[in-house]
Amino acid sequence: MDAFISNLGLIINATLIATPPLLFAALGSCFSERSGVVNIGIEGMMTIGAFTGAVVAYYTHNGWFAFLCGGLAGALFGLLHAVACVSLAADQTITGTAINFLAPGIAVFLAKMLFNSSDTPAIDSTWKLPKLFDGVFKAGTFWKNVLNVYSVAYLVFLLVIVVWFVFYKTRFGMRLRAVGEHPTACDTLGINVFRVRYICVILSGFLAGLGGAYVTLATVNQFKPIVIVGQGFIAIAAVIFGKFKPQGAMYACLLFGFCSGLKVLLGSGNIVSPNLISMIPYVVTVVALILFVGKSRVPAANGKPYIKSK
Amino acid sequence: MNKKKSLKDYDIVFTLIAILIGFAVGAIMLVIAKISPIDAYKTLFDGVFSKPKFMIWSIVYATPLIFTGLSVGFSFRTGVFNIGAEGQFVVGTLAACAVGILVDLPSPLHILLCFVAAMVAGAIWGIIVAYLKVKFGINEVLSMIMFNWLAFYLSNYVMNFAVLHKEGGGEATKDILDSAKITMPFLDAKTFGPNANWGILVAIAVAILIYFIINKTTLGYQLRAVGFNRTAAEYGGISVNRAVMTAMAISGGLAGLGGAMQLMGMSMRISQYSSQEGFGFDGITVALIGASNPIGCIFAGLFYGAMKYGGSKLNLVGAPSEIIKIIMGCIVFFIAISHVFKALFSKKSLKKEVK
Repeated sequence: MDAFISNLGLIINATLIATPPLLFAALGSCFSERSGVVNIGIEGMMTIGAFTGAVVAYYTHNGWFAFLCGGLAGALFGLLHAVACVSLAADQTITGTAINFLAPGIAVFLAKMLFNSSDTPAIDSTWKLPKLFDGVFKAGTFWKNVLNVYSVAYLVFLLVIVVWFVFYKTRFGMRLRAVGEHPTACDTLGINVFRVRYICVILSGFLAGLGGAYVTLATVNQFKPIVIVGQGFIAIAAVIFGKFKPQGAMYACLLFGFCSGLKVLLGSGNIVSPNLISMIPYVVTVVALILFVGKSRVPAANGKPYIKSK
Repeated sequence: MNKKKSLKDYDIVFTLIAILIGFAVGAIMLVIAKISPIDAYKTLFDGVFSKPKFMIWSIVYATPLIFTGLSVGFSFRTGVFNIGAEGQFVVGTLAACAVGILVDLPSPLHILLCFVAAMVAGAIWGIIVAYLKVKFGINEVLSMIMFNWLAFYLSNYVMNFAVLHKEGGGEATKDILDSAKITMPFLDAKTFGPNANWGILVAIAVAILIYFIINKTTLGYQLRAVGFNRTAAEYGGISVNRAVMTAMAISGGLAGLGGAMQLMGMSMRISQYSSQEGFGFDGITVALIGASNPIGCIFAGLFYGAMKYGGSKLNLVGAPSEIIKIIMGCIVFFIAISHVFKALFSKKSLKKEVK
């Protein structure tokens, strides 16, 4: 029984470690998609965030500052996406694809210039983001297993509440949802469609950058070209799965996080092929979609550039 | 009206401008990194054109990209965004590999069977996603991302089966039988490289076939109509659901066939994947540069293949090969906003006419 409880603690712990980067990026994606801008550049924005976080931590030895810089680097690419998609009415899928080339390309390019290697040097554990309950519980106990995670992991769940509040209880939230459904009507009512979309797309880059920085500042301790691979796309999938709602995206991210936690635990037993275990989250998602979730309604103006008529 | 088309009406001009801008941005990055862009671009150019061997390598690199480009481009024409070419490519490779190792047939038949197996596997991967969309209304982008990863782990799982796995360990399958290879053994390997293969000819033939299907057949007309305006197509008596299924089957089959080319002409075996190879995602870029036109995809694929192969030699001058990614990213970005330049040009020419 004790072993079971301890294992349960480990699974919850692994879930809490794997979920935050996805959830940061997914919350970002919610902002962008709900305001009517498809952002498949999330993947690239996470990568540049991961790189910036690792480099800034290496030079400044300040985890929180590095975390913030990771977000800002993502926001910079968010701005690029916004200029192209909102002001210049470019095809959003195409610019997103471009960003997925540019951002990882620039990250690895700079890594090679700065450190002569595609990996950045490992950062000291004291420069990483702090663990909130370090040393409070005894090693090996349930609570130690559960709560032995970096403080950002708690922060992201608070952020879900904040984003939910912004979406459904503030004027800005109402506007951003409306802009994603019917920009022309919003414009008629005097809402600045461009400004709302700019804010949302830049925010999506910022949050994706934070998600990436979490990976290099908490999960691992250095940037490698493969450190993000695929997580941005999983975050996008989580948003669609969660019907473009912040709380829905959270459940979806927890599911993906839980499955990777399960993978860590089951993989150690060597009973089932690790490759089959790795398939679980994707099979579960597809089955859940067929059985319970059903149609995920895309915001009506999603993917369509808004062109102001004269 | 009814004027002759002037140069600026052709998209290709803007694509070329985008390519130039891409190289210019790359040059700026190189200068910042204190590397001479002239040296770097000369290395890139020589790395592709200075020897027949190099040119053949570039073509070998390009072949699978042309297929994934055709796949994504074809889906674009029907208004579906096939982000799942990655997974379709992987299952195509897997199917071709299994048939290539397990079936013993004389050469042309064996090759054909591998092609068919890869196409069917890719098409099935595409049809499942289309079926989920049509039957249950599940967003195709979401399910494609899931199926990319399913294909990834499926390949890693199946390659460990005793019948396929190479004896004596290693993280790879056996090589496919000689009868399933599409290389050109009669060419001198020293001059032309060991991997010269027939894949490019198949790619060109398939591209022409796809061009014909899109532009000259009823099916192609229906698919394009659905791509333009779903509601209008439905009103006009075209079954949108069937069109989406058909388009995804063909698109998936193309990506799968690309996987077969990569396997039978270049890699000869499947190795354990540690991260997604990206052929499918690169296909998106090829389709965009080729303006979703099958013939355009041939040239875009060749261009990208040459950049990929030539880029691998940039470390000779101390330049990171990532500069290629940056250049490609810029090219795609400027293609995305090329309509702005177009608008600028036409305003200018309008003013001239008024005068």
